[in-house]
Amino acid sequence: MTASSERAHTILRGTLTLLAAAAIYEGFARSGIFPAVLLPTLPTVARTLAAVLADGSMLMHAFYTLQRVLIGCGLAVLIGLPLGILMARFRPVENFVLPLASALMPIPSLAWVPVFILWFGLGGTVTILIVFYAALFPMLLNTWSGVRSVNPLWLRAASAMGADEHALFWKVIIPGASPFIITGLRQAFLRSWIAVVGAEMLAASDWGLGWVIFDAKEFLNADVMLAALVVIGAIGFAFERLVFGSLERATVLRWGMVRAAKS
Amino acid sequence: MYDAVPASPASATVSATPGATEDARWRVIARTAFPFVVVGGAWEIVAHLGIFPPRLFPPLEAVGSAFMRLTIAGILPHHALDTLVRLLAGFTLAAFAGVAIGIAMGRSRRAEDIFLPLVSIGAPIPGIAYAPLFLLWFGLGNFSTVLLVGFVSAFPIIFNTWTGVKAVKEIWVRSAQAMGADQRRLFVKVILPGALPYILTGLRLGLAQAWRILVGVEMLAAVPWGLGWLIFGAREFLNTDVMLAGIAVIAVIGLALEKLVFQRLEQFTVVRWGMMT
Repeated sequence: MTASSERAHTILRGTLTLLAAAAIYEGFARSGIFPAVLLPTLPTVARTLAAVLADGSMLMHAFYTLQRVLIGCGLAVLIGLPLGILMARFRPVENFVLPLASALMPIPSLAWVPVFILWFGLGGTVTILIVFYAALFPMLLNTWSGVRSVNPLWLRAASAMGADEHALFWKVIIPGASPFIITGLRQAFLRSWIAVVGAEMLAASDWGLGWVIFDAKEFLNADVMLAALVVIGAIGFAFERLVFGSLERATVLRWGMVRAAKS
Repeated sequence: MYDAVPASPASATVSATPGATEDARWRVIARTAFPFVVVGGAWEIVAHLGIFPPRLFPPLEAVGSAFMRLTIAGILPHHALDTLVRLLAGFTLAAFAGVAIGIAMGRSRRAEDIFLPLVSIGAPIPGIAYAPLFLLWFGLGNFSTVLLVGFVSAFPIIFNTWTGVKAVKEIWVRSAQAMGADQRRLFVKVILPGALPYILTGLRLGLAQAWRILVGVEMLAAVPWGLGWLIFGAREFLNTDVMLAGIAVIAVIGLALEKLVFQRLEQFTVVRWGMMT
């Protein structure tokens, strides 16, 4: 059996499994054992999904959520990346930041939601700050260990070949630390994706995918919930595959820091 | 990962005399405490300047006295205990189900075909997004919370166990079979030890995941006790001091999980099996 037909076989079987799972679900939903509002049939969910996509409301929610994630993550990168590099290059910075980071890191970001609500009021600010908190530590610590793990031999070789500080930084340290930095970005995004949904549920703010799901609970709209879950899953999946995949190809793979076969 | 870094030369050289080690230890403690003193001092100054209302930005002594009051009254330990029990219950559920499914996926082609599509579809959705759905299906309270925590932390366990079982070298399996190992021995003596480093990594990730999600779920699920609920409930009465005391307990539990569980697990595998490089 060749590799491609093996692949086709796997896809076929995967599809069959999903169809079977959908059929079982559909059977339960139609059997009437459970109330229809709690367990909507798949066509109902599909119709709801199509409706909220067509009238633009789901896109609006997705837009707000994405905006919050990007601002929060952006802030985390803006602070975490330079701070991580400083920590790795200067001992006093490391001595100061590391204890604070290790004390704050084990606190789940969602624990701060009620405090932030009191401080900043309900709404988008809280969510952005929670995302920032969730994304900061993976970014910071991965950058730190990435820069520290740059092979000292490369640094000495570059210095011996006459590289100044500037060239050393951009040509050796940054590419050398890049696999860690990209891992940090990935983790930061994953964490903030979790944090944004939770924060939107708790700090209700009219817009956002988390809010839609939570709001739908009040009205027993399980179909809206499932439709929003589909959208959340699709965005998460797209980010993981498209954004980080291409980021990896453009940087670490091109620089030959990791082999393509890895993933 | 960081354990591989060799000890700093300073700590190696001063260990010659006992007095010097004592000195060095104090220096390390002082160095670690210093940033907390700075941040705590800044906090105190801001709190006492009265820029923000003290109800919202309480000085540290207020947080401390709230902590003492609630601890002596037994309220804080009760909350913490309930949270820990939920974490443990959810994680145990995830550990058994996750390892079982992962091993099945790694060993049998059919199980892989059945579970892999389902797991791949469920994984990219953040666990907390399922919370309202679980609450709707299983009602408010403990059952939904534990179930959701278990469900969420099962994903990394399944993925890592599956990868681990697949990573067991075919040649080990075949040589064990050639030497007459039956299915049970093959499993216990070859596959399980071979996959264990991955399984432990999965368990670690699962526990971390469970911990991150649990506090948030407690806020949503209106459980009667629990640190998440304590913090969220204190919001209604503007008890910021109680909230911050609760967060301090959360930090201590998180730190303890990190130091006592995660790092132990890692050392355990690295040392005993020498499987990781």
